[in-house]
Amino acid sequence: MIYLLIFLLVTAFLIMVIRQRSALYVTGLTILTVVVVSSVISIKCLISADTATGLLPAPFICDRLSAFFILIINFTVITGFLYSTGYLKPYLKNKPEKWIKLHYLALIWLHASMIMVPLLRNGFWFLIAWEIMTLASFILVIFEFDEKGTLKAGISYLIQMHVGMVFILLALILSSRGFNGVSFDNLDFYFRHNSNWPVFLLFFTGFGLKAGFFLLHTWLPDAHPAAPSHVSGIMSGVMIKLGIYGILRITTYLSADFAQIGAFVIIISAITGLFGVMMAILQHDVKKLLAYHSIENIGIIGLGIGLGIFGISSGNTFLSAAGFAGALLHTLNHSLFKSLLFYSAGSVINQVHTRDVEQMGGLMKFMPYTGWAFLIGSVAISGLPPLNGFISEFLIYSSLFNGIASPEFNKLIILFIAMLSLVLIGGLALLCFTKVFSVIFLGQNRTAYPHQPAEANKAMIFSQFLPVIPVVLIGFFPVLIIKPLLILTGSIFSLETTALSGSMFASMSYISIGAVSLLFLFVAVLIIRTYAVRKYNVKTGPTWGCGYTAVDSRQQYTATSFVQEYANLAQPVIKTGHSNINYSDDEIFAEKREFHTHSDDFVKSKLIFKPVEFVLNLFRRAAVFQTGRLQHYVLYLLLFLLLIFLLTFLKVI
Amino acid sequence: MTALILILITSFFTAGLIVRTKSIVSGRKGPGVFQPWKNVLVLLRKGLIYSEISGIISRIAPVIVFASVAISSLMIPVAGFKPLLSFNGDFILFAYLVALARFMMIIASFDSGSSFEGMGASREALYGMLIEPALFVIIAGLVIFTGQFSLSTLFDLPGEANYNLVYGLIISYIIGNITLIENSRVPVDDPKTHLELTMIHEVMVLDTSGFNLGIIQIASFFKFAIFGSLIASTLIPWNLPVHWRIILFAAVQILFAVIIGLIESFRTRFKMNRNQQYILTVTLISVLLFVVILFTKNIF
Repeated sequence: MIYLLIFLLVTAFLIMVIRQRSALYVTGLTILTVVVVSSVISIKCLISADTATGLLPAPFICDRLSAFFILIINFTVITGFLYSTGYLKPYLKNKPEKWIKLHYLALIWLHASMIMVPLLRNGFWFLIAWEIMTLASFILVIFEFDEKGTLKAGISYLIQMHVGMVFILLALILSSRGFNGVSFDNLDFYFRHNSNWPVFLLFFTGFGLKAGFFLLHTWLPDAHPAAPSHVSGIMSGVMIKLGIYGILRITTYLSADFAQIGAFVIIISAITGLFGVMMAILQHDVKKLLAYHSIENIGIIGLGIGLGIFGISSGNTFLSAAGFAGALLHTLNHSLFKSLLFYSAGSVINQVHTRDVEQMGGLMKFMPYTGWAFLIGSVAISGLPPLNGFISEFLIYSSLFNGIASPEFNKLIILFIAMLSLVLIGGLALLCFTKVFSVIFLGQNRTAYPHQPAEANKAMIFSQFLPVIPVVLIGFFPVLIIKPLLILTGSIFSLETTALSGSMFASMSYISIGAVSLLFLFVAVLIIRTYAVRKYNVKTGPTWGCGYTAVDSRQQYTATSFVQEYANLAQPVIKTGHSNINYSDDEIFAEKREFHTHSDDFVKSKLIFKPVEFVLNLFRRAAVFQTGRLQHYVLYLLLFLLLIFLLTFLKVI
Repeated sequence: MTALILILITSFFTAGLIVRTKSIVSGRKGPGVFQPWKNVLVLLRKGLIYSEISGIISRIAPVIVFASVAISSLMIPVAGFKPLLSFNGDFILFAYLVALARFMMIIASFDSGSSFEGMGASREALYGMLIEPALFVIIAGLVIFTGQFSLSTLFDLPGEANYNLVYGLIISYIIGNITLIENSRVPVDDPKTHLELTMIHEVMVLDTSGFNLGIIQIASFFKFAIFGSLIASTLIPWNLPVHWRIILFAAVQILFAVIIGLIESFRTRFKMNRNQQYILTVTLISVLLFVVILFTKNIF
């Protein structure tokens, strides 16, 4: 541990003193070294049957759960770094050199700390790694600190992460009473002898703040738009998954109260998923929209975890194994398509210099590769076949229906709610991603672009298409991964998965057949079409305007109008406000006006702003004591001493 | 294989039967039963015209729509005839393939930068989202009822001990409504309307022509046949001799088409903002059915 920290400090020093160009190479080299070393260790760990303690020096312990997360982290960090080399190019000119270097430095530290978090069980070291992760990501988020709101979003993130850390610390201390030192390993003993509920809840709150569960999510929609795109991709793709890692780690130690904890996780995840996607639909800021979708996907992962815990309570191995497997696979899948979406959104923003989708349009013609990447990401995140999002949702659905098939009434209600919400999430995600893809990439541009948009540079395209490979592979050939995945799930949560493995393997091979035949049919029909129309020239004509000939691009359907009916439906839950247009009496001809609509996150206003306002008011009142006169302060001192004397005299203290 | 052939044959008739029913009821001479297919065949042999604004999406999306609906029809059982693709959880793949088709329709309608097509797309996305739970709730009910996880066995309701024709009829009613909504028929949408502002499905294909329009129409015929086959499966006992099943299947399909024709003749379409209410009602009826199944299985 110490050596690793020293190594990181040395590279940090190195990066700060050398030139910018070589700093880039040093960063790449360091990340590559960490990636190679940690991947080799994790693969060794995945292959070896028992938890390999001997692989790593003292505070580090590698097991299959940590190995799985490390591999996910490594992949996304590589693509993120590659993307950043292209993405930061425009910034190189107008940003101070040391700030760019600091950014790369923070990237290294974030990567290293994310690798360390799943490897550490000792509470002390774990919290240090957790804290480094928070600080490094904070520095990454505030990269564009000179822009309005960035610093505020960053600080809100920093504060909320520390609140989360307090919860984790508290839970660790509580569970380690009577032990020498705090460690996650003490949980095994603690959970067997105490009520599981309270400590699990503390951990869930602490890790849930990182992951972004409902009520704890408010930092996500602020921090992601503020951060540069590769940072959003890494944070949303893998960093928030470490919250999921924490919850899974705690889950492995649980020994009682499974039914209640499972029900709690399912309900909160269902709300998280629905809330995330419902808010996402109404966003016009593309990165904010993607951030809300991260919340939604955390909800889906949470549903899998909840089903897994639920299954343990009823002894239904199929339910729990398929649930956990779905959660793990969705963690992987989400890291792939979410980073992909953030990268391609970043490429778009780099060209059009706005995040507002209403000002975009028609970009498929200017940036076809980015458009394809975004389309693939959209189909995948909506959970549609034949891409990977479908496979993990399929696992979670299978788990659900298996639970529904052998019902007890109380449990059935929970499962029924979970099913309904999962179905609705699917439909709403479709609504959302058809909206955002169509409005950004299809049709014509709605406003004039500051300059002709051009395709992103090679590094960016390459890193956008790197995650596409596993997205497509998992989607088309889930048979290849289902058995290892179930073995992994089985060994992490000590479940017997051989029976499940057989039937799942059969289903997955049929899904593969379906996907491949879909592709074949697609190609076949394309060929038939080419043959059928061979005699004609393919013509183009104007879009149907209902007889109206002066159609212009501002008459296209917009994102707001696309979701208008939905917004009306969602009104009871999510208020959509808009600025009113009032005409003054002497205004004969309407003057130019601006009109805004906005949908506020009610959690943020009720849970964050209101209490903060309250506390601030309290402080303002207390400020009457701050007179600035020395005499008054001496008086306070005297009063305080008197109070102490009095209390001692009365034997209160 | 028999299942697929039966679905294919059904898809040749249904659309024509609906049109025929409507013309007979309204006292017109009307076109023949095969007229919709003749129209499609004409379309398939025509050239393609794309909007100037549209790009690659308009060119591939109709093909994906067709392919995904066609593949989803491989999973549909027909009264005891096994489908080609059948596995535990195939209904999930089925529902999501239909959703994939919807996704592609929507983005294709945006590709031409039209001021109308988005309207249909918006409605399609919203109604699709609202009706999807109904199908899943029915399937959850059937999973409890039969203890099976595959469409090929789930819909074998008549083979169950507690079966009562009432279940079959309620499920048929719900699936029938799902068909109307998924295919944008009266009372949700009127395929014969002439006004772009009130269309759902038709407005999305305004700028689609020739071969592409043809395969989209074939896909919608398929959808009719798919849902019709599901209805037939819930009503016809699966253990009857083969010829009886085929005869009954044909009878159910004809009846289904005639009923849709009658509905379209005598019912007006809803105002657009009433549709959501209607769709939610269908979903709620499916929840009711679910509760009834819980009662029969003594789960309370």
